[in-house]
Amino acid sequence: MSAMELAVSTGGRKTPAPKLPGARALVECLKAEGVEYIFGHPGGAVLPIYDALYDSGLKTILCRHEQGAAHMADGYARASGRPGVCLATSGPGATNLVTGLATAFMDSIPLVAITGNVARALIGRDAFQEADITGITLPITKHNFLVRTARELPGAIRAAFHIATTGRPGPVLVDIPKDVGLEEAPFSYPETVDLPGYKPTYKGHIRQILAAARAIMNAKRPLLYVGGGAIASGAHREVRALAEKCHLPVTMTLMGLGAFPGDHEQSLGMLGMHGTAYANYAVQNCDVLIAVGARFDDRVTGNLKTFAPRVEQIIHIDIDPAEIGKNVVPHIPIVGDCRTVLSVLLEKVKEKRHPEWWQQLEEWKREYPLQYPAAAPGEIKPQAVCEAIYEVTGGEAIVATDVGQHQMWAAQYYKVRHPRHFISSGGLGTMGFGLPAGIGAKLARPGKEVFVIAGDGSFQMNIQELATAAEHNIAVKVAIINNQYLGMVRQWQEFFHGRRYSSSYLGSLDFVTIAKGYGIKGILVTDPDDVRPALEEARAHDGPVVMDFRVTQEENCFPMVPAGGSNSEMLGPKGWME
Amino acid sequence: MTDRREHTLSVLVENRPGVLSRVAGMFSRRGFNIESIAVGTTEDPRYSRMTIVVLGDDGDVEQVTKQLHKLVDVIKISELDPAEMVERELALIKVSADRSNRSEILQIVDIFRAKIVDVSDRSLVVEVTGDTDKVKAIVDLLRPFGIKEIVRTGRVGMARGPRGVEGSRRAVQGLEAVGAGS
Repeated sequence: MSAMELAVSTGGRKTPAPKLPGARALVECLKAEGVEYIFGHPGGAVLPIYDALYDSGLKTILCRHEQGAAHMADGYARASGRPGVCLATSGPGATNLVTGLATAFMDSIPLVAITGNVARALIGRDAFQEADITGITLPITKHNFLVRTARELPGAIRAAFHIATTGRPGPVLVDIPKDVGLEEAPFSYPETVDLPGYKPTYKGHIRQILAAARAIMNAKRPLLYVGGGAIASGAHREVRALAEKCHLPVTMTLMGLGAFPGDHEQSLGMLGMHGTAYANYAVQNCDVLIAVGARFDDRVTGNLKTFAPRVEQIIHIDIDPAEIGKNVVPHIPIVGDCRTVLSVLLEKVKEKRHPEWWQQLEEWKREYPLQYPAAAPGEIKPQAVCEAIYEVTGGEAIVATDVGQHQMWAAQYYKVRHPRHFISSGGLGTMGFGLPAGIGAKLARPGKEVFVIAGDGSFQMNIQELATAAEHNIAVKVAIINNQYLGMVRQWQEFFHGRRYSSSYLGSLDFVTIAKGYGIKGILVTDPDDVRPALEEARAHDGPVVMDFRVTQEENCFPMVPAGGSNSEMLGPKGWME
Repeated sequence: MTDRREHTLSVLVENRPGVLSRVAGMFSRRGFNIESIAVGTTEDPRYSRMTIVVLGDDGDVEQVTKQLHKLVDVIKISELDPAEMVERELALIKVSADRSNRSEILQIVDIFRAKIVDVSDRSLVVEVTGDTDKVKAIVDLLRPFGIKEIVRTGRVGMARGPRGVEGSRRAVQGLEAVGAGS
């Protein structure tokens, strides 16, 4: 019997609700929410839940580390737009979720994390595998619940999904003591949630939208600056329509990649620390800046005092009122859902062209293109691998990345064409995110090719999830950009610490043999001529593949705005620009 | 930016375990300082009211208010206008006192309309209620006698007039200014 049937059967005729143990009730709640996969790892405190899952029909994915479970649920959510669900036991199981929850929180990803806890009578007594996980996750979840009785469990789960997926999305944790999973209580799945303190604003203020439309109409050098909020709200069509109607150049944050096609002639690519020079020049010279679902992060703005010095009007559209004025005080704030606001704004603006502004932008594009030094004979450039992945897939694959140089190169050279196709830890910068997130994405979108662009450092942080990919034959294609260094750390040490490479050299590792040990196909690539054939071989293989690309060891990621510097002062491969 | 001054926020929250730590945690995580915080249940036992005094400029307080609003357990926030509110705190002050100076202390207590709530041969406990300035004034006057201990409740505040604090205009306007209203 599904929860819906249960709920209906109790609704009309006032028959008493059937009694279910908490763990069974949880399963019915998850079914009612349409959950497909549960990413988790069992342990003592969640044994009742795992027992209820055993023949529930819900698909459980056994991750080899709870951090992997959180990132898989996260990748699933980013690729599908539906909430990801992860499950861990008490104590160490729950604390292992912490990095994954913080990652999802920083990037506003809808997750529901379920943790077991010790039995109620043992809480607070430092019992075996006890941790105060609701206390620990207070600052890294949108909200969390400690369920004290089986009776309140359905309401907590209903509220958790509601909070995770509405307004500004985010992770919600529900902590369930072991004996609550065993306790019987009448079950019915609530149709509504009672949260008097939670009312997200979706509709923007019309007066503000009209002011924004006027500013856009009067702009001489407008710029559309698009963040992850545009993807979360599904505003990609509206973003494109507005850009095309008003001839706006579009730049995206790392989280915003795919909200506007990267290969569109009006795309300036990514902005910020490792953004394109022309995107950063556009920011520094625009007169009207339209921020859509972006939060003026320090990696985007550089030094706030010198950010966008010629701007006359900043329009900031965001569903979270607290983002408005947090870093930059806008002239026209609009609190609301990006898609809802943009669709109204679209009606209020007229067609417009900006030939002079575009002439300037094209000049910057010609003069300061995204580029990297030519490879020496036999040398594989890391950027070339990212470019090759873009070319062989036509930009149609979902790409999940780890964190570091390879992540920035992927953002620069893989021109993301669709929303939810670039999956990366933006805010927290979590190494080890790529592989599990890619696995989650592949499960969410089985018809899509999924590439994981990994660093040799990052990859080892969740390498155990190769076992998960192998067990279910989840066909993620992992491209390790192997430079034998923690490349970004090494780059900063080169520039800012006199080339003292303190703890940044990793040495050589045989990833093909490691992959083989997990029962996964491995391909070693040391010759530039083998890059494309290796990618094609991996694409053709029915199952996961690990490709080990031995690239230039001491390559630097350019352009680069040194931390805290001004966006108009960028280092390029040939030194300081302008 | 405006000057830094004390702002009094009246915050209606769900009366649930952990709410105080959510609120206090938000302040410490975001680097805001709480000058004073007082919590108690309201006329409706489902809710508690917090009176929080924060030091900051208007921008800081706007950010504090917005961050508080993001907490699911926070239902309503109103900033109390200093000219339109009553604000009180209660302090218990244990003062050294013997036969020689007890009457002098009693005179001070009288002037401040405070009360003696405990007497021993070597001490008095004074209960005083008032705004922060009044409490400070009596503490300063009692100090020469030797203060052994002070306990303060923190400030509680309420808007003047017939309306409940829900009707306070400041907080509502604060949100409208950023386009939250629709």
